[in-house]
Amino acid sequence: MPTWAQLVYLVCAVCFILALKGLSGPKTARTGNLIGAAAAVVACALPFFYVDDMQNLGLILPAIALGSVGGAFGAQRVQMTQMPQMVALFNGVGGGAAALVALLELEHMVDAEAHGGVPAFYLVATAFTVVVGSVSFSGSVVTFAKLQDLITSRPVTFPGLPVVFGGALVAALVLSVLVVNEPAMLLGIVLGLLGLSIGVLLVLPVGGADVPIVISLLNAFTGLTVAAGGYVLQNTLLLVAGTLVGAAGTFLTLLMAGAMGRSVTNILFGALKGGSTLGGGEASDRPVRSAGPEDAAIMLNFAERVIIVPGYGLAVAQAQHTLRELVDLLQSRGIEVDYAIHPVAGRMPGHMNVLLAEAQVPYEQLKEMDDINGDFKDADVVLVVGANDVVNPAAKTTPGAPIYGMPILNADEAKAVIFMKRSMRPGFAGIENELLFDERTTLLFGDAKESMSKLLKAVEAL
Amino acid sequence: MNDLVLDNGIVWLTIFILSVFVGVEVISKVSSTLHTPLMSGANAIHGVILLGAILVTGTAEGTVATVVGLVAIVLAAINMVGGFLVTDRMLQMFTRKKKPAAVAAAGAEKSGDA
Repeated sequence: MPTWAQLVYLVCAVCFILALKGLSGPKTARTGNLIGAAAAVVACALPFFYVDDMQNLGLILPAIALGSVGGAFGAQRVQMTQMPQMVALFNGVGGGAAALVALLELEHMVDAEAHGGVPAFYLVATAFTVVVGSVSFSGSVVTFAKLQDLITSRPVTFPGLPVVFGGALVAALVLSVLVVNEPAMLLGIVLGLLGLSIGVLLVLPVGGADVPIVISLLNAFTGLTVAAGGYVLQNTLLLVAGTLVGAAGTFLTLLMAGAMGRSVTNILFGALKGGSTLGGGEASDRPVRSAGPEDAAIMLNFAERVIIVPGYGLAVAQAQHTLRELVDLLQSRGIEVDYAIHPVAGRMPGHMNVLLAEAQVPYEQLKEMDDINGDFKDADVVLVVGANDVVNPAAKTTPGAPIYGMPILNADEAKAVIFMKRSMRPGFAGIENELLFDERTTLLFGDAKESMSKLLKAVEAL
Repeated sequence: MNDLVLDNGIVWLTIFILSVFVGVEVISKVSSTLHTPLMSGANAIHGVILLGAILVTGTAEGTVATVVGLVAIVLAAINMVGGFLVTDRMLQMFTRKKKPAAVAAAGAEKSGDA
């Protein structure tokens, strides 16, 4: 590789660092992303300028075009509510690509081995890339299916799953040793298949509420896969880019798990230990107090301090625009209104901020949990829309509950709570919410968008 | 020759370890507001495996190897291009809100004048 090309790769690597740095601040995020994109494009164009005698050029360029169009199409079409599964899918195909690259490289090594040996560490890195890339691919596909409701979001386990899972891990390890000992294509392909089944077995037992953490974890996996692939191909840029993402992704995973009060091991293997990560998921027939939009409107209109707790259900019903109108109206009448955003509101940490930003809710009205939790006791009304688990007091009071230990929004301290709900079905975590049965709580049943429009009209009429 | 290989390995290891620290350090102060775009952006960055896919396909011989390489290229391009675009779409929403505020302020001024 010519020196100038290596230098360009170095510049690209630095750009990736700047991109991540930029992405972690609100003002610089968009620039950061653009820097990353520019570096990636330059890096991918580079081989066409320095590789002599590039084969298959007439096929490579259309393949790039095809993938780019596919990716762009998905990126433009996806709704903001479906963002988590889109990220999972993009991550999965990246992992799959890395595994295929490593398989092809293994083929070269099989040839090279016949001509005098390949350093063992290349083979270790190759085996790692094949296995972990496959895990990332199939794991992401299962994650996608769970979030897209193609399969149940409840944990799927079967007796003996830990044994099968452990067996697959051991088999992958043994095969990796064999590949390092004597590289062979067949072994590589079996390794890939094992990786695919490990990915499925890893994600199936994870409950729906924990899936975002798994997306982040698989993202880190793919990063490490790309890093190992970079070593195999002797390309420093891939090594740096992959390692950056692997490290940042791992850190982000731990950060998110912390925000949910869970450990990563508990999320992944909780269901295997017998204690399901989800509760029963059954609707209760205990008495609740429900009311019509007119009553709720009166409560809101004569309050001084209102806090809105938005959840994923709000965005699914596309009611966030109507909610913003309602909040604007209340504020014009001198009522102090804020949004309380739980760190894991939505289907991915920070997801709710994206969804509300889409409805052009001013950034200043979005209050993070730690900033607003002390205000709930002064709130006259808390309006919970499409959220459930993030205000479930069981997280504080019931040690056996799956969400026990998760920090929650203290909606239970408010003077009154209005719950907008479709039905009495429990939330994503599948556990009953005591707050629904509290005497200070009023339920407003119906589709969030419909209820919200009625509520808005009722407040306007007052 | 052996010394040379070892040195080379140490260099790679050094790059790896330092990158781990850089990766953690640069995002350690991220606010939870940006978790989703950050995850998505990091996801797009590892899409640069497209580079690897192009390199191996460029030296692939035989139909099977070429087809596998091309599949890898398509998958990696989806990851990279889709990842950056979707991240930008998300971030657009965070930056756009300044404009409505500015427009509203301008509107308020106008109505004040009137």
